[in-house]
Amino acid sequence: MQFERAHNHTWRKIKSGLACGIAFVSAVLVISPLGLVFFYLLVNGAGSVNWDFFTKLPAPVGAVGGGMANAIVGTLELLAFAGVIGIPIGVLGGVYLAEYGSARINSFLRFLADVLNGIPSITWGVVVYGLVVLRFKGFSAYAGGLALGLIMIPLILRTTEEVILLVPNGYREAALALGVSRWKTIVHIVMKTASKGIITGILLALARVGGETAPLLFTAFGNRFWNHSLSQPIAALPLQIFTYAISPYDDWHRQAWAGALVLVTGVFCVNVTVRILTRGRTASVV
Amino acid sequence: MAASIAVEESSVQARMARPSRFGDKAFEWLTLAMALTVVVLVVLIGWQLWRGSTLAIQKFGFHFLTTSTWDPVAEQFGALPFIYGTLVSSLIALLIAVPLGIATAAYLTELAPLWIRQPLVSLIEMLAAIPSVILGLWGIFVMIPWLRDYPFPFLKRFFGWIPLFSGPIYGPCMFAGGIIIAIMILPIITSVSREILRSVPDLQREAAYALGATRWEATRIAVLSYAKKGLFGAVILGLGRALGETMAVTMVIGNTPQIAASLFKPGYTLASVIANEFTEATTDMYLQALFEVGLVLFGTTILVNLLAQLLLRTIAVKSATRAVQ
Repeated sequence: MQFERAHNHTWRKIKSGLACGIAFVSAVLVISPLGLVFFYLLVNGAGSVNWDFFTKLPAPVGAVGGGMANAIVGTLELLAFAGVIGIPIGVLGGVYLAEYGSARINSFLRFLADVLNGIPSITWGVVVYGLVVLRFKGFSAYAGGLALGLIMIPLILRTTEEVILLVPNGYREAALALGVSRWKTIVHIVMKTASKGIITGILLALARVGGETAPLLFTAFGNRFWNHSLSQPIAALPLQIFTYAISPYDDWHRQAWAGALVLVTGVFCVNVTVRILTRGRTASVV
Repeated sequence: MAASIAVEESSVQARMARPSRFGDKAFEWLTLAMALTVVVLVVLIGWQLWRGSTLAIQKFGFHFLTTSTWDPVAEQFGALPFIYGTLVSSLIALLIAVPLGIATAAYLTELAPLWIRQPLVSLIEMLAAIPSVILGLWGIFVMIPWLRDYPFPFLKRFFGWIPLFSGPIYGPCMFAGGIIIAIMILPIITSVSREILRSVPDLQREAAYALGATRWEATRIAVLSYAKKGLFGAVILGLGRALGETMAVTMVIGNTPQIAASLFKPGYTLASVIANEFTEATTDMYLQALFEVGLVLFGTTILVNLLAQLLLRTIAVKSATRAVQ
């Protein structure tokens, strides 16, 4: 009896160890694509990231060389335009959810924002195509920027709300007790206290839409040359990577890898910056 | 607690904030207007997709969802192969991602040594940050050749008698599409599951350990089964992302509208057909049909997301009330 119980216990311990082992292997499998993608990006892309890549236009078919200068600038322009739309709407909407509004309205709006975040990004492309491209008869940087901006709204709204809720109520009470009006309290005290978190949310949203391709396919459309007017089609890094990746030319494949390396580096830089920013935040009061 | 603060605030406001009432009202209305854009956006998407596809809806009716001819020249459109492709590729993705994601979440909250947890979480967040198009690029040039050379022939040799793994191996195929979607949805399934498992009260674990449970027994009995409903919500959320995943799938699934038994044959998804054919849609009816594909995709993902949010919300509320009690 004694022996049997001991045996049973060993078996249970072995089973527990086995389960831990399987869980560990799962975790390794989950993160392995990250390592693999990064490894192949460096192997295939590092050789083609050079001065020309950042300063030259794409070379014509058949010609070797060229770069993605227009696509890099195009992505930055699109992000700037998207930010103009997405940041004020998202931040102020988040302020409403955190500071005003009844519980019922807020949970409804929060719910819709979460649902919007789950909508496939290509849907936004189709919608903006119907709204802007069909109406103004042409692909344009405006349309691309609008599509990205609309995607940003629910993302920023939720992160802003979350960080504003972290601001202690004492701050608000102190300001109100001094006779400061409510809106000034919110803008100068609450939002200022939460500014690091709000900026974090904005940066993450920019990094996220900066890598989006689907909503740009039939809004910004892409362009092999410099864009001279925002009402014209504009190049974007993810679009260019897509076009090059599915092309039959070896030289374009190399360019696609180089573009991907640059894009991923940009996205990861933002993510790391954000992580450093938030580390500071958890240490301080908020 | 919260209510008393609200009362205090409003009484303070009533006495002190008189002079700048206008600014307060204006700011409140401004932020309200901005918050209401989420309502506007949902309505706008639905309305725009509906308006763009009315002619197609009138012409094809319900047959659009049940026929498989996709012939732009003859203007005959049936979306069944795309619906089939979307469902099958998402199913493959879930079969791969759900066990891996939940096991990883359990590892991160219950089983792993403490020092390893935060770095792993950061790595998973990094994986989530990789743009879809880059994963697709990697899929085309690294994953597909590897799958074609090693795992696929292996599956074919030993399981070739099952129709799923029969027939010639091309490279780009439904199976590859499913795998790439699995990689795309793993971070969200893992991180949402992790949040759910973290919200399980410690009392649950303590009770199990007090009864002499091993680490795994405590995880299985006290944590995983307690969090079942929330984990289901995480899976549904992952399904929503899987259905709408576009770029990476488009690059590896082969883009052929067919319904084939073998997973080694190319397929097509709702999102991919929009991505590939939208700018080529030369006739009005073609464009209308693609808008209708978009409407189907939007309708499906919104329903799936509603379900996921409802599941996750009830869990959050319940665990919160339990914690208070």
